[in-house]
Amino acid sequence: MAAHGASTGTGPEAVAREDRVAPASPAEHSRSRRSGQPGRAAASGGDLVLERVTKTFGDFVAVDDLSLSVPAGSFFALLGPSGCGKTTTLRMVAGLERATSGRILLGGSDITATRAHQRPVNTVFQSYALFPHLDVLENVAFGLRRTKAPDAVPRARAALELVEMAHMADRRPSQLSGGQQQRVALARAVVNNPAVLLLDEPLGALDLKLRRQMQSELKRIQNEVGQTFVHVTHDQEEAMTMADTVAVMNAGRIEQQGPPEELYELPRTAFVANFLGRSNLLAGSVAEESGDALGVDVAGRRLWLPRDRAVTTSGPVLVGVRPEKVHIFFADEGVPDDSNVVGPGRVTDVAFTGVSTQYDVEVPGLGTLGVFAQNVFGGRPIREGDEVMLGWAVRHTFGLDGHEDARSGAQVEDDA
Amino acid sequence: MSGTTGAAVTVGATARPDPDDARPPAAAARRSWRLGDAVVPVFAALAFVYLMVPIAYTVAFSFNEPGRTNLVWRGFTLENWQNPCGAPQVCEALVNSLQVGAIATIASTALGTLVALALVRYRFRGRTLANLLIFLPMSTPEVVLGAALLAQFLSIRVNPGFTTVVLAHVMFCISFVVVTVKARVASLDPRLEEAAADLYASPVQAFWRVTFPLLLPGIAAAALLAFSLSFDDFIITNFNSGSFTTFPKFVYVSATRGIPAQANVIGSAMFLAALLLVVGAQVLSVARRRRR
Amino acid sequence: MSIVTAIGHGPGQGAPAAAPRRRARGGAYLLLAPGLAYLGLFFVVPVFALLVTSLYVPVPGGEVGSFQPAFEWANYVRALETYWPQLVRSFAYAAIATVAALAIGYPIAYVIAVRARGRPFLQAMLLVLVVAPFFTSFILRTVAWKQILADEGFVVAGLRALSVLPPDGRLTATGFAVVCGLTYNFLPFMTLPIYANLERLDPRLVEAGADLYASGPTTFRRVTLPLSMPGVVSGTLLTFIPASGDFVNAVLLGNSTTTMIGQVIDSRFFKVSDYPTAAALSFVLMVAILALVAAYIRRAGTEELL
Repeated sequence: MAAHGASTGTGPEAVAREDRVAPASPAEHSRSRRSGQPGRAAASGGDLVLERVTKTFGDFVAVDDLSLSVPAGSFFALLGPSGCGKTTTLRMVAGLERATSGRILLGGSDITATRAHQRPVNTVFQSYALFPHLDVLENVAFGLRRTKAPDAVPRARAALELVEMAHMADRRPSQLSGGQQQRVALARAVVNNPAVLLLDEPLGALDLKLRRQMQSELKRIQNEVGQTFVHVTHDQEEAMTMADTVAVMNAGRIEQQGPPEELYELPRTAFVANFLGRSNLLAGSVAEESGDALGVDVAGRRLWLPRDRAVTTSGPVLVGVRPEKVHIFFADEGVPDDSNVVGPGRVTDVAFTGVSTQYDVEVPGLGTLGVFAQNVFGGRPIREGDEVMLGWAVRHTFGLDGHEDARSGAQVEDDA
Repeated sequence: MSGTTGAAVTVGATARPDPDDARPPAAAARRSWRLGDAVVPVFAALAFVYLMVPIAYTVAFSFNEPGRTNLVWRGFTLENWQNPCGAPQVCEALVNSLQVGAIATIASTALGTLVALALVRYRFRGRTLANLLIFLPMSTPEVVLGAALLAQFLSIRVNPGFTTVVLAHVMFCISFVVVTVKARVASLDPRLEEAAADLYASPVQAFWRVTFPLLLPGIAAAALLAFSLSFDDFIITNFNSGSFTTFPKFVYVSATRGIPAQANVIGSAMFLAALLLVVGAQVLSVARRRRR
Repeated sequence: MSIVTAIGHGPGQGAPAAAPRRRARGGAYLLLAPGLAYLGLFFVVPVFALLVTSLYVPVPGGEVGSFQPAFEWANYVRALETYWPQLVRSFAYAAIATVAALAIGYPIAYVIAVRARGRPFLQAMLLVLVVAPFFTSFILRTVAWKQILADEGFVVAGLRALSVLPPDGRLTATGFAVVCGLTYNFLPFMTLPIYANLERLDPRLVEAGADLYASGPTTFRRVTLPLSMPGVVSGTLLTFIPASGDFVNAVLLGNSTTTMIGQVIDSRFFKVSDYPTAAALSFVLMVAILALVAAYIRRAGTEELL
């Protein structure tokens, strides 16, 4: 897999789609809502670009020199723990917050100083922010009426069809369930055919089942309307399921950006390795180079690491491997060649989850490693207290900068 | 007089956990509470009777046969209701009160609503001072407010009359409007305005399309409060009215020589109007809820 | 009813989280300016005028009611020496009336907010009855009391017959009648804030109290009552402040031994044109009440009242 690294490049998945369907009339694409407004040109045409954007609140730096490029028509996720600056970033794109410095470009034109109501950008708010005094239809038609769109009502109805809420058109928001409000909020934003649609943790308030359902629904709608979606979330699974490109944010900066598989398989920072799924990170230092591989000394053991999967090729490194890549076996069993092997260690915890079993293995000198084993073959059962060996393929190993805190991003995952 | 409504709103619930009281319910305690179940409503019912007695009296004596005074029951008649302006000056006073009330309501509601918006929505230097300035008129007895205004009007040699009464009423209504509207503004989700801006509404449009309709119940409540305070005010009016007469002043002045039954008619009619207004609004809202 | 409707509207969509809001400060001042300027002109300046007037001295040899600027602080000493009984009596009457109004108003508020919960029509009707007195002029109501309790009325006759009152006993023209009038007139001001507070109280807290083995009265004492304290504080202030400055009840229901400070201020102003004394007494009343209010608020721990 090619390493895109933490550059602002985007994965191949994030190319603009061909089959765009606007909710009501495709002709609306080129319609200018209000003369003299920047960024109105092609509603779905422009890339969203953030150039070195910084936002400070007093002494607090919420967003720190952030650069980002979202190709038109892509589904882009900003993923990070609460307080990482992702919502502030979103609000700056929406125009609800002014950037302290830096530029925001939409379709090539600078919208940094454009006010919220003049930007062709719409938001699905975290709490939906539906107008309680208006019925569902008028909520959806609100934006169209402000821009004096001639066909506000039919278009609003079409948008409600899109989210399967047409039968609720004359209800008040307070009479809807959370999931229904969510759909209305989405319709209210989508109907304006914005150049960028922003979603601020839109599924956060829904229960798990509904959330999964809405995830695929959102994906379907994005496919149908072909608008650029920028989705802010702290739920890594949600981000990975839905987005073409995920940017992981931490402390006001983007740690890494790329297609979900790439972020998962080849994290470039300890934060990404820990926040996106789980990782075993072992501190060591590069001792030798042999062809495409680096030999790393970890607590007296030699572990191997593909050179092109390492952030640094000398000095201290963190050797990483995902728990599901690790095999757990007894000392008298064989291991395939080309494996890194550590152990013996003692099993300190066994958690059966159905599809897999999760083991915690305490290896002297290395600490506790996690192992996820698929429940496929009935070998010798492994119990708490057993002495075991751990091994994994060298090609699954990744290397991070050894100066990083190996536990960065590990704690924050749970506060979701 | 208070941050009252405001206090009810802003002062957060302050639970005071008291662990030493978590004992199991004794049977006796439970029985006495069942008794209490009846005691409280019965007591409240008596309190309601107490509240209604003088109103019932006022209504009853509005049907009294006219005489020199309206102190003793002489017999039932509809005459007073057919001719509510029969007594000298009574309707003039009523019209005066309605005029003063209308102007004071409009002015104080407008001024107070703006202040309430600023106090809730903005952080600014001098906030505490502004809050204090709102609070002080409410915590000053009317007699002081009246005396102070009169002292001012005397010192600048303004003759008391209609204008000074209106000026005074606007002053003491503002604080109550602020407190009432503030509660409503505070309960308004600021994200709704952001959503409006996000949906292409200019700040002015966002205010009229979203903020104002949502504040309307609070503003209407504040206006009603202002009107009833103004309409019922006697003390401040008495200080600043000169020879100008409002309805409460008319009643007070005529109390010494006998209040005409027509005053009872007007008081009763106001009471009935308020009753009908609220019942009507309630029926309407229930009906609307059913329809949905 | 206004207060009711205002208070009746709880937070419509849940407590909105404080979104970071940074707006131009100019907007705030623009919104504040008209209202605060008005209060400055017609509250602050008049209070200052009051202070200035309170220090005036009579024009030597001038006619009654003509004064000239001075710094006669002795006006205060004289006013207090002469009228301290009325001042003390006012606060005593107001305090008793406040306690009585609390004793009557709290159960009313409790029944409307808690017992009638979930029955909006009943709640609305009971609330109307609480506020209804506002709409018949309060002077009419006080006069009504005067006549109901009059010597020749059936109440006094009945009480005399039952020997509750001595044969020559009377209800009007007594301190008792004045306190009753004050209690009655300011009862809605006590009831409504308490109602607003109780109405907002989460019923689950009471259930939690019961769940934790507190009996009904204990739950009330340990959960409901402490949580409704802000309403009680508001109600007592709303009752005490106007009651202490009131003179209508004292005039209509009292006699020469029940004179309250409001009456004195009124008559100093209008009957004898003794403006400095009236102003000095007003100022003393205002300062005394502010001091009491400040102490009370501090004591009750609701400094957020502002």
